[in-house]
Amino acid sequence: MLVSTKWLADYIDTKGIAPADLAEMITRSGIEVDAVIDRSHGMTNVVVGHVLERVKHPEADKLAICQVDVGEEVTQIICGAPNVAAGQKVIVARPGAVLPGGIKIKKAKLRGEESNGMICSLQELAIEGKLVPKAYAEGIYVLPEDSQPGADALELLGLNDIVLELGLTPNRSDAMSMLGVAYEVGAIISEEMKYPEVNYVSSSEVAENVLKLRVEDMDANPMYVAKVVKNVVIGESPLWLQQRLMAAGVRPHNNVVDVTNYVLMEYGQPLHAFDYDRLQTGEIVVRTAHAGEKITTLDDQERELQPHHLVITNGQEAVAIAGVMGGANSEVHEGTTTVVIESAYFNSASVRQTSKDHNLRSDASSRFEKGVDPNRVEAAAERAAQLIAELAGGEVLHGSVKVDELDKSQKEVVVSPDFINNRLGMKIPLEEMTSILTRLKFDYEAANGLLYINAPTRRQDIQIEEDIVEEIARIYGYDEIPMTLPVGETTQGGLTPYQAQRRIVRNYLESAGLHQAITYSLTSKELAQSFALESAPVTELLMPMSEERSTLRQSLIPHLLEAATYNVARKADSVTLFETGSVFLGETAEGLPHEEEHVAAVMTGKWLDHSWQGERKTVDFFVLKGIVEGLVAKLGLDQFVTFEQAQVDGLHPGRTAVIKLAGKFVGFVGQLHPTEQKKRDLKETYVMELNLAKLVTFSLEPLVYTPVPRFPSITRDIALVVERGQAAGALQQIIRSAGGKLLKDVRIFDLYEGDKMEPGQKSVAFSLTYEDPERTLTDEEVVKAHSKVLKALEEQGNAQLRG
Amino acid sequence: MEAQLQQLKQEAIDQVQNASTVKELQDVRVAYLGKKGPITDLLKGMGKLPAEERPKMGALVNVVREEVTAVLDERLVLLEEVAIQQQLANESIDVTLPGRPVKTGNHHPLTRVIEEIEDLFINMGYQIAEGPEVEKDYYNFEALNLPKGHPARDMQDSFYISEDILLRTHTSPVQARTMEAKGGEPIKIICPGKVYRRDSDDATHSHQFTQIEGLVIGENIRMSDLKGTLSIFAKKMFGDDREIRLRPSFFPFTEPSVEMDISCFKCGGSGCNVCKKTGWIEILGAGMVHPNVLEMAGYDSKKLSGFAFGMGPERIAMLKYGVEDIRHFYTNDVRFVSQFHRTEV
Repeated sequence: MLVSTKWLADYIDTKGIAPADLAEMITRSGIEVDAVIDRSHGMTNVVVGHVLERVKHPEADKLAICQVDVGEEVTQIICGAPNVAAGQKVIVARPGAVLPGGIKIKKAKLRGEESNGMICSLQELAIEGKLVPKAYAEGIYVLPEDSQPGADALELLGLNDIVLELGLTPNRSDAMSMLGVAYEVGAIISEEMKYPEVNYVSSSEVAENVLKLRVEDMDANPMYVAKVVKNVVIGESPLWLQQRLMAAGVRPHNNVVDVTNYVLMEYGQPLHAFDYDRLQTGEIVVRTAHAGEKITTLDDQERELQPHHLVITNGQEAVAIAGVMGGANSEVHEGTTTVVIESAYFNSASVRQTSKDHNLRSDASSRFEKGVDPNRVEAAAERAAQLIAELAGGEVLHGSVKVDELDKSQKEVVVSPDFINNRLGMKIPLEEMTSILTRLKFDYEAANGLLYINAPTRRQDIQIEEDIVEEIARIYGYDEIPMTLPVGETTQGGLTPYQAQRRIVRNYLESAGLHQAITYSLTSKELAQSFALESAPVTELLMPMSEERSTLRQSLIPHLLEAATYNVARKADSVTLFETGSVFLGETAEGLPHEEEHVAAVMTGKWLDHSWQGERKTVDFFVLKGIVEGLVAKLGLDQFVTFEQAQVDGLHPGRTAVIKLAGKFVGFVGQLHPTEQKKRDLKETYVMELNLAKLVTFSLEPLVYTPVPRFPSITRDIALVVERGQAAGALQQIIRSAGGKLLKDVRIFDLYEGDKMEPGQKSVAFSLTYEDPERTLTDEEVVKAHSKVLKALEEQGNAQLRG
Repeated sequence: MEAQLQQLKQEAIDQVQNASTVKELQDVRVAYLGKKGPITDLLKGMGKLPAEERPKMGALVNVVREEVTAVLDERLVLLEEVAIQQQLANESIDVTLPGRPVKTGNHHPLTRVIEEIEDLFINMGYQIAEGPEVEKDYYNFEALNLPKGHPARDMQDSFYISEDILLRTHTSPVQARTMEAKGGEPIKIICPGKVYRRDSDDATHSHQFTQIEGLVIGENIRMSDLKGTLSIFAKKMFGDDREIRLRPSFFPFTEPSVEMDISCFKCGGSGCNVCKKTGWIEILGAGMVHPNVLEMAGYDSKKLSGFAFGMGPERIAMLKYGVEDIRHFYTNDVRFVSQFHRTEV
């Protein structure tokens, strides 16, 4: 909503409060002023000129040499506008003038001819092209004939004005009108506001005799008022009206249409004017549309209607979409002599739906869909009749043609002053509250310790006690509310164990060298299921904005890989990223997808670079596996987790392990398949994904201390010759289970696959630690345990001691 | 014999003085004082002396022995010192060479902001509540006083999965779910999480972003409690000298509704480019929980009241760290993320 402060002064005296200060007061008490716009844009030296003579420039077809009376002198100005003509009163920027954008006007010579200034279009005075009346859209603007040469043109055009741009929230539709804003300002600055005076002489002819009205759907249209004005002369509106409309962001058309728009802005009540003769039938019938019925609206669009759309008809065909836009077939035009002014109350939900269906939002629909003031419907029609009579010379027929079942009663809200104060944590005296209600123009009665309030119908947002709390507080001032903290039981704050563990996981991965990433949950249908830990139906959007963001992800890896590609393309020599986030699988009983939190990582490029000491390493499988092992150890799950060679779609078939927790699959770690790497312009890249929820909710025995060993341990190293395909992890497992109670630890310390081995064989060396917590081990005990291990290795692992 | 002894002593002392390394000195010690050395030999030979001379000779030998030892020990200290100096000189390194790097990563800036806010409220007795990112229309809208067809639904264009299921447009459904689950009991929670809106991604819009909301419900919770709580938040998050102001606003789930501004942390309120010359920066929306929201979740709005607030970690991170484009948070450029490495307490 654009509020011209000059226009606003018609209804309220703001007592010289500077517009910027007024804006701040309005913002602080309820309606955000988004911008304070100075329409003069610092312009100077712009005056009225009288074009006395216009001759074609001898050297240029498109230029004209004009002799212009600018009050103090007659001066020559070269003008390029096609519509400049002798006799016109025009806008002249004199030499020394500054126009918007800092353009300075100087005396100049144009193709040999002197030019002392510029004849201006409205666009050159910073009026948006779409607001300039069509007749002047392509040229200079022509001022009224009675304008005085040399007079201040900015004053005449109303450009010495400050406009407040209000950012209205949906509840404050009352401020979508100048009168509404005047009420609001009046309450804020404690000043009375005044309504426009409406009086005119109506003709003896009775409106009801020339127009019949029938409303078929009283729910969608509980009130319809029509006024008939005869003998109008369609023409340009007076300048004051045009400039107010432009200040409000509305393009002037002709006097009748401009009046309807003016009253819309003034009262907040949308109006529509029909050409009575083009209606043809002398009848208005409001009904729902027939299926397939069509109408061409004022914007020259043909629109197909549906049975839930309300239309205005002439009894036969649709002439307007109710509350949204008029039809071209009944539009007021140059030759119109009799107009029908429509002022109606259309149900907000109905208009909202219709406007949405046609993707057509107008100044009218945006007001109807939030609810207009029932008590202004008829008043606005009268105001329009008065102005049309005044400005288009018409005769207003006697009375209105009207259907009215609209409830115009005020909403009663009963609230106790204590409730208001308790809710605010304040002690506002009753007198202060009633004074605020008076300023707001709310009717009230204070009795029995209660306030009986009748909220005016323009304030449809006032429904419950809490609404009154807000009204009192915002006018009293939110700065006056003290600062306290909730009293009552103290509560224990904190993270749930799950949340705490998730933080531990993140912190661990960061300490281990990975940066946290956050990627999008929405992905393409194609990527949604790649790398998913389990196969489940996908969740798709009904109306995606793009194919790329159409489906919810089932794995975090695809977008992490995108991030890796992005970074590598920007010459990052190392990418180490992880993410924790939800994946979306199948459907729960509630009908929602099953959301499961996962953790995933991607690593590629340099890992360790301490080059001057010759230590360099790029990321490999064991770097990432080590990080995963560290993670499960941090969570106390190391003894429950196993890694098994496996094949996973999209990963290198020989360099991938699935990860199992207590035998159950929880994730994988591996190298991206070389073809996938190539597709993404990546070199050797490693990924892992784990079901985070399963890891952190695994039930563990409480941590209990084991005594630090008091007796020495004994270490035995063995080197084994096995087949090359034999998994070292399996050998380790054999050793563990054969070693018995005394075997404390088994570590792999060497792997050899070189020339010294027989083809197809390798050597794996283990270091075994034996220990007895109770006493010093004897040699015989160790020998006994160790030989069991060797026997098991030979029998189960086909492993020979290397000679 | 005495002369022999004196000569030996002199010899030994000369040798000691000539020794230039610890090793040489040890050799001298072994040579003269060792079990097979001449002084020990002399002592062994005393048996051949007449009994009355033995004590005198014994004492003399011991004196010589002590004298030699003392000289030797003195020399030893000196030579050891020399040796150490030598060793240190040899071991000297260029300490300006870089150390072996320990690779570490860090929180995403949004997580950094979210955890900071979580911890701040945890210390005030709040718990962290979470909920699904794909929600029912009921929890996302209806339970929050946004029935179907409500004009305020336009404020949030949504990604629907079906007619009744959508990607949540705010974290408020977590509040609705928590209230429903608590069955009329007091609540004090913070709800962080990802949310989604039908916006084209540009410098100030992202179809996915994060929110963090707070909800307190109890007996006689007042608007002054909201103001006091938000003031503590603003000071802890943006500096002790921050002031706050509330401006009326509108949210369907609160009444009264406010927006909170903080005094500009860059210019202190005098006006700069961060606060767009106003001295104030809009940080969050808040209000008193609408009675319809309480009643719908089974709370008696006559007995209990509450406040709620919500903010965008992206906006806070953008303000705090001067980030100009929201898309940086979702591009995961290592050059961006790694800038949030250092701690700030």
